[in-house]
Amino acid sequence: MILREIKDILEAEVITGEEQMDMEVKTAFMADLMSDVLAFATAGSLLITGLANAQVLRTADVTDIAAIIIGRGKSLSPETVQLAGMLSIPILTTKFILFEIAGRLYSKGIRGCIEKVGNK
Amino acid sequence: MYEGCFLVAGGNFGDAGAVSSSIKKILKKMQLPGDLVRKAGLVSYESEINIVSYARRGMIRLHVEPDHILIEAIDEGPGIPDIELAMQPGYSTASPKIREMGFGAGMGLCNIKSFSDIFKISSEVGRGTYLKMIIKTIRDSLHNREKGSGMTWS
Amino acid sequence: MVLESIVKALNLKIRSGEDKLSAEVSGGYTGDLLSDVIGNSKEGDIWITRQVHQNIVAVASLKDHAAIVLVQGCEPAEDTLDKARKEGVAILISDLSAFEVTGRIYNLINSISK
Repeated sequence: MILREIKDILEAEVITGEEQMDMEVKTAFMADLMSDVLAFATAGSLLITGLANAQVLRTADVTDIAAIIIGRGKSLSPETVQLAGMLSIPILTTKFILFEIAGRLYSKGIRGCIEKVGNK
Repeated sequence: MYEGCFLVAGGNFGDAGAVSSSIKKILKKMQLPGDLVRKAGLVSYESEINIVSYARRGMIRLHVEPDHILIEAIDEGPGIPDIELAMQPGYSTASPKIREMGFGAGMGLCNIKSFSDIFKISSEVGRGTYLKMIIKTIRDSLHNREKGSGMTWS
Repeated sequence: MVLESIVKALNLKIRSGEDKLSAEVSGGYTGDLLSDVIGNSKEGDIWITRQVHQNIVAVASLKDHAAIVLVQGCEPAEDTLDKARKEGVAILISDLSAFEVTGRIYNLINSISK
């Protein structure tokens, strides 16, 4: 699925990365705890979270996340938006809660980037 | 091949992660394999977050050698009284502020250990903490030098 | 939707609240920040999280959640489990990631209500 379709499914707003909306993604990792993202998220996945701070972007950068979806209607500070531009990570924001985001994307075929936690 | 040192200010959450981004960029430029760059970025980032969260100040040193990447995180801070306890998944002394930022779930040191090929930690209460992380760039190149990869010394 | 059908469909392990399986699940909430869950989740939600410390029991009890589902195979801490048994809060466990658990539960609830 491409980011543009995800944007429509989630009625999302594109904060940064408008030019990357044709990027294809197949998997996602969802968490509020960034250490979990660091431990388990795989490169090229979507990161779905309810946090909207600089650490989410740094975490996504370090783990080679394809794009960030920020739920719960959280908005980003101007500094965070600027950082997103610098790191060139697309960010979508949506009013939906994480339960709704994962539910909608799952029903359209996006899958967890890991199914179970096992030995790396 | 490369040697660099980056200062990290305690308590400065706004910039936390900037050092790790720089380290990642340097390693990418050196055209090291993506998965190794990712591991190095990860362990630097968790170390950086620890310094920002708990220490007064610290630094992260990066050495790149033909067969491995060495990252050291050295801080001046409260130190860790019980390293064995601190290494347990889920153990954390993080403040609510740190938790609301998505950290402090007691996974940082576990992540560092699991993404490093060799990991050492030492700490002195009231002085600070020292982390040494080695990521091999050639498989088993360090095997004969230091046995028991991923082990913890206290 | 009845909690028991979710437990069966996702093959969840039951750690506490065996007597709560007939509870009605009206929706779901996924999140790891307790203040957010307190603020935004609803009564009858099934709460999906990876937090294991004992405060989750107080939150689930306060918000009248149908159950807590711990993801990624996380086991509740010992004092969490004691508290959950005392307060009659159901704690269930899945080996799956939060995205997978949420995706599956969402679609179960939706397929019933349609």
